[in-house]
Parts: sequence; C-alpha cells; structure tokens
Amino acid sequence: MWAWIQKFSSPKYFYGMSAKLIPWFALSALLIALYGLYLGFFVAPPDYQQGESYRIIFIHVPAAWMSMFVYVVMAVSAAIGLIWQIRLADVIAASSAPIGASFTFIALVTGSLWGKPMWGTYWVWDARLTSELILLFLYFGYMALQASIEDQRMADKASGLLAIVGVVNIPIIHYSVEWWNTLHQGATVTKFDKPSIHIDMLIPLLLMALAFKLFYLAMVLVRARNEALYRDRNRRWVRELVEKL
Amino acid sequence: MNGSEFSWSEFFAMGGYAFFVWWSYGLTLAVIVLNIVMPVVQRRKVIKRVKRAIRREQLQE
Repeated sequence: MWAWIQKFSSPKYFYGMSAKLIPWFALSALLIALYGLYLGFFVAPPDYQQGESYRIIFIHVPAAWMSMFVYVVMAVSAAIGLIWQIRLADVIAASSAPIGASFTFIALVTGSLWGKPMWGTYWVWDARLTSELILLFLYFGYMALQASIEDQRMADKASGLLAIVGVVNIPIIHYSVEWWNTLHQGATVTKFDKPSIHIDMLIPLLLMALAFKLFYLAMVLVRARNEALYRDRNRRWVRELVEKL
Repeated sequence: MNGSEFSWSEFFAMGGYAFFVWWSYGLTLAVIVLNIVMPVVQRRKVIKRVKRAIRREQLQE
C-alpha cells in the first residue's frame, strides 16, 4: 500500500499522468460553462424582485463555493504534506493557492457589483463579506510564505501551518449569515429542506458550479506540473525531460 | 425573455443593470484568462531556468 502511494505520488509519475487528464477537464469545463451560461441568460426567467441583476448569481455563488472548496483542498493537502511528507501533496497545496485566491477575488468583486444595485452599497463590513475578505488574505499569506522562504521544506511547513489554522474561517464564512445580522441573504441552495430557488435558475447555477470545479481541476494540474518541474529541477527526470523540449 | 420578440439591445441592457452584470462577467472572464496565461508563462520560465542550469554545468565539466 505504502509503495503504491509512493509510486503514484511521485512528481515524475504525476507529471506524465496529469498531462492526459488536463484536456478533458478543460474541455468539459468550457462546454458546461457555455451551456450553463446559455441557460442562465436565455432560459432562466428574471427574478421577481431583482429583475435581470440577479444573473450575477451564476458566477458569484459558484466562485464563492469554490473559494471555500479550494481552501479546504489546500489545507488538507498541506496537512498530508506535513504529516506524511508526501511531496505531491505540498505541490497540490501550493498550486491551489493562486486559483483559490482568484475565485475569492471573483466572489468579492461580483458580490460587490451585485450589492450596489440591490443593497445600495458596494461594501459593508458585515460578517459574510469580512470573513470572505479574510479568506483572500489567508490565500495571500500562504502565497507570501511560499515565495519568501528560500528552503522549500521550511516554506511548505510554515505556509501549511497557516493554511491549516485558517480552516477555522471556513465554517465562519458559511454560517456567518445565520450567526450575525447581515445584508447578505441566507443560503438558498445548501440547506437541508428544499432549495428556495426556481429550478430554471438552479440548473444553470449548478452547471456553472460544475464548470468552475472542472476549471479548477484543469488549472491545478497545469500549475502542479510546473511546480513539480521547478521543485525537481536538480533531479534527473526533469533534466532528461527538459533536454528533449 | 419576456414573451415578446427577442432583441439583442434589450438583452445587453439587462433591464437597466447592464453596468453591474457585464462588469461582473467581464472581470470574471479577465481573471479566468489570466489564470490560463500565467501558468503558461511560468512553464516557459521554469524550462528556461533548467536549460540554463544544464548548460552551466556542461561548461564547468
């Protein structure tokens, strides 16, 4: 079992394997996003309160979900890297950070652009918005630690520890709309009784969420391949590979 | 969209919310494109760096 994990988690094996997966993830992300956008803009009816402005939901909510999902992936990978010293796990964590930060940025900006016409303000310092902003800073902190510590193992340890501690922010983001008074609306999809959203709006929303997830999978593999090359730059497999390019 | 004939100008007007809707989608697209371009640039840099290191070692031998 351990030997099996060792083999499949070696950066060299990963580099070859991931190349075959990336086009499939990327292509399906593109096609699903196009279909989701078609449904979202041409099939879903306008909202009875918000009119056409609600169509921001089709990127805002998937981006917000992904901002948290990618963080959990990053923290779990960092923990696996810390505990079991699996190098590929640290590679995945480091490669996830900029993508997660991108999703967080998208969630914040689209939320702001949705808040202005609906709430009358681009920004309020309420719990949901503030905890999402903290998430962005956690990603930045992770990336800064990765970039500023010369020794790769030390960098992985320090940034990994930050990622793991920062996980407490994830439930805070999710429950912030219940625990504190806020302008932000409560959950409409991720609750236990029936989602309080029209099916014609829900389907494009879920398609866009799937497209974002597939996009993440494609991009995390692309970045992880770079990271694997860079980290193993003094090893023979990278030398042989680069000489052929 | 509202039962009557579809018009693109009406579509782009987004019921008066064009600014907010299209800025949201435009910025999202920009971030996504950036996320595709950056690793491509990164890859070239890494490969260049490794090639330079190989050449340096060959000169020293």
